[in-house]
Amino acid sequence: MKVTMRVNGVERSGDIEPRVLLVDFLRTNLALTGTHVGCDTTSCGACSVQIDGEPVKSCTVLAVQAEGREVKTVEGLANGAALAPIQVGFHEEHGLQCGFCTPGMMMVTSALLERNPNPTDDEIRWAISGNICRCTGYMNIVKAVKHAAQMQAEAVKAPEHAAVAGGGE
Amino acid sequence: MSSTMHMHGGIGESIKRKEDGRFLRGKGNYLDDFVLPNMMHMAILRSPYAHARIKSIETKAASAKPGVIAVVTGELMAQHKLAWMPTLSGDTQAVLATDKVRFQGQEVAAVIAETKYQAEDALASIEVDYDVLPAVTSPDRAKAEGAALIRDDKEGQSDNHIYHWESGDQGTTQAAFAKAAKVVRLHTFYPRCHPAPLETCGCIADVNPATGKATIYMTSQAPHAIRTVFALVTGLPEQNIRIVSPDLGGGFGNKVPVYPGYVVATAASLLLGRPVKWIEDRSENLISTGFARDYHMTGDLAVDENGKMLALRVHLDSDNGAFFADAQPTKFKAGLFHIVTGSYDIPTAHITADGYYTNKAPGGVAYRCSFRVTEASYLIERLVTNAAIELGIDQAEFRKKNFIQPEQFPYHSATGWVYDSGDYPKAMDVALDQLGYEALKKDVQERRKKGEVTGIGIASFTEVVGAGHGAEFDILGLRMFDSAELRVHPTGKAILRMGTKSQGQGHETTFAQIVAEELGIPAQDVTVEEGDTDTAPYGLGTYASRSTPVAGAATAMVSRQLREKARKLAAHLLEADEEDLVWERGKFYVKGSPQRSKTIQEAAFAAYTNLPEGMQPGLEGVHYYDPPNMTYPFGTYAVVVDIDKGTGQVKVKRMVAVDDCGVRINPMIVEGQIHGGLAEGYGIAFMQLITFDDEGNCIGSNFMDYLIPGSWETPKFELGETTTPSPHHPIGAKGVGESPTVGSPAAYVNAVIDALSPYGITNIDMPVTSDKVWAALRSKGVTE
Repeated sequence: MKVTMRVNGVERSGDIEPRVLLVDFLRTNLALTGTHVGCDTTSCGACSVQIDGEPVKSCTVLAVQAEGREVKTVEGLANGAALAPIQVGFHEEHGLQCGFCTPGMMMVTSALLERNPNPTDDEIRWAISGNICRCTGYMNIVKAVKHAAQMQAEAVKAPEHAAVAGGGE
Repeated sequence: MSSTMHMHGGIGESIKRKEDGRFLRGKGNYLDDFVLPNMMHMAILRSPYAHARIKSIETKAASAKPGVIAVVTGELMAQHKLAWMPTLSGDTQAVLATDKVRFQGQEVAAVIAETKYQAEDALASIEVDYDVLPAVTSPDRAKAEGAALIRDDKEGQSDNHIYHWESGDQGTTQAAFAKAAKVVRLHTFYPRCHPAPLETCGCIADVNPATGKATIYMTSQAPHAIRTVFALVTGLPEQNIRIVSPDLGGGFGNKVPVYPGYVVATAASLLLGRPVKWIEDRSENLISTGFARDYHMTGDLAVDENGKMLALRVHLDSDNGAFFADAQPTKFKAGLFHIVTGSYDIPTAHITADGYYTNKAPGGVAYRCSFRVTEASYLIERLVTNAAIELGIDQAEFRKKNFIQPEQFPYHSATGWVYDSGDYPKAMDVALDQLGYEALKKDVQERRKKGEVTGIGIASFTEVVGAGHGAEFDILGLRMFDSAELRVHPTGKAILRMGTKSQGQGHETTFAQIVAEELGIPAQDVTVEEGDTDTAPYGLGTYASRSTPVAGAATAMVSRQLREKARKLAAHLLEADEEDLVWERGKFYVKGSPQRSKTIQEAAFAAYTNLPEGMQPGLEGVHYYDPPNMTYPFGTYAVVVDIDKGTGQVKVKRMVAVDDCGVRINPMIVEGQIHGGLAEGYGIAFMQLITFDDEGNCIGSNFMDYLIPGSWETPKFELGETTTPSPHHPIGAKGVGESPTVGSPAAYVNAVIDALSPYGITNIDMPVTSDKVWAALRSKGVTE
């Protein structure tokens, strides 16, 4: 059957079996391989993407359920060469090691920052409690999100200056 | 991209990681991201039984399913002499079962289809008729009279015993025990757990039918050794095998062995003339690939009347699963477990170990640990705290009294190790100071008076990492050296290729920093490449914390080699005598006239454009480093816990970790490694368990049963450091990735035992879950 959705701001469609998972549609049909599969059971969060701004685990969503909706993946975070604040945060605070959980972590935490621009440590830890990281021990991920929050706050105060800081690619 | 990109990036600088860019953009190159033209997909049918005879396998229906190209069975593999393969411990392992299945999850057949969904669908149509046999699920059952014989395939194998192994001196140890004032015993089980990297294992086998070249993309921590094993197993000429290990989503030892799926996919590609992709799902990863630990250990510590340790005696039973596939150096059947005397000056020791086959998955990988060092460290550190409690001595004092002292290095241990360096009292003092130990102890006493359950745990571990020396340490005969090849381009930029393989440790940054320090080329200008056996120099790979101690040393050595050639080039350009040149990171200048200088980039350019008469052009070299000794990282970890009497819940209030890994190349990366290891140590101590019921059904086959610490459970860590450089490593580094997993489980559990010690509780086997703590308290009559 045909499915159509907006992915990272662009309308995409494909002809798929109804049982195809969103993560497989993204990875196989659209070649957006930044979204990963870690467990197939909604336990690890490596496949997290946003649908209409809400983080979801795409290994437990059928592609057809995203019909007509707005899907955002890790490939949609950066603006050209300029990294998004959440990406800068993960880099500057060493919030990633093997990088496999990182796209999911960033999709969840960038959604968190949308609704809570200044989260506490506990709020960040709670937000990512469905996302497993085997490398970092989470401390630097918490710092990374706070770094991004700080950048976003500065961007509100002084937009031009922050744009340079965030886009110094 | 980063705030540190303009820094030189020498040793000791926390520059941001060079590899981050692609990962942050979702442009990493993990195995499952590769799509080759005309690629097929493979799925594996696994045994539902732990022990059963295969009566028949019917594949006709599966072969007729949509999209199915082929169904592979053990019988077909046997026709090509590939039904069995060698393990890393010199045993054999079934690739696809022909006679019996010997563990639940064992590979029985494989479907090759056009899509992954089609391959998975067809599995259900394969009919296997089994004759179920009794399952053997522990060493005790394996050695029981009348136990089912698991390895009836092996000639001369009449029971389930694999090996007996000893270390140390039985006579002197017995004598020491005879005169001991006190003997403290601990029997504890270090349960089976699984490294569970977030990316599972897999491969894409691409055998070119025209040339016979086999390119195998593989999640491998040791691509070169795997190439050699593949050449020996398949009979393919080694130059026609290319293993490419792309970005790895974690490894932790899980990606060291050769798995049956790799062999079947390669055979299928060879027979069908098209690429074959095979990726495990999470359950397959947890039930069939390299598990860790599963050691039943009994330790006796003999102590004199003054609290000095006299002798250590250990016996262990190792549960190795259905095939002896421990990934470890050939000579050592129980890995490096005989480092079990740890940080203590124990005059004599005797260790005996017996390995057993059971109807469980094979493996015995070094899960974030240097070949069974974790088990050793756990036993001695638990035993020491238990002894201190029993003797009524403070556990920190007891350790200090028995530490190997700084002036005793190089220290010859009772089991034959030569510890290269250490300052254990100092690391302990830094940790206790950071913890505020004296005040905390008073606080614990006060709170216990009020009926609260609270305690402090300490572990002062010693690791042994960085194998070889090659004469002593080998994998299937391959000496455990490693390598670095450095090529400097005319413009002064460089590429460094190594025999190791990063799985997230940040090699692209760390090893560029060694070049930056030793050859003066900024880290940003050095590309680091690993994992392609057609381009990288041969090496034994990344596990057992050996990359920095071995390949890092090779990098320093090859950089120095090129620096000497650059000195000749600079002398030529400056028309000066070589001996008159002074090296200052990045340039040579003439002694006494610092304005007369040539940069390393200028020297590199000259290597291609303006050479002294008779000099070979180019600026490149390779170094194979066979370390003279292992390195011995150490540290003291201290944990504070509160326990809820009503629920048995353990809350880790503090975790102070002081590590001494010698010289730190990139402190940011080192600290990140320690954070990660402390989190995994927490998981092992409190959550992660692969267990089995009496029929051999695996419990722990998915992330809802096999519990991995998340952000909410994982405690916050407080790090500290001391620096005792390795005297034999070119830059004094020791390796760090595994110290926190080796040292922390004992620290966590010791805190629990300390908290429970007023009630006479001396052991709870890991994982220390609430129900076990609750039951232990209830058994002593403690209620809310």
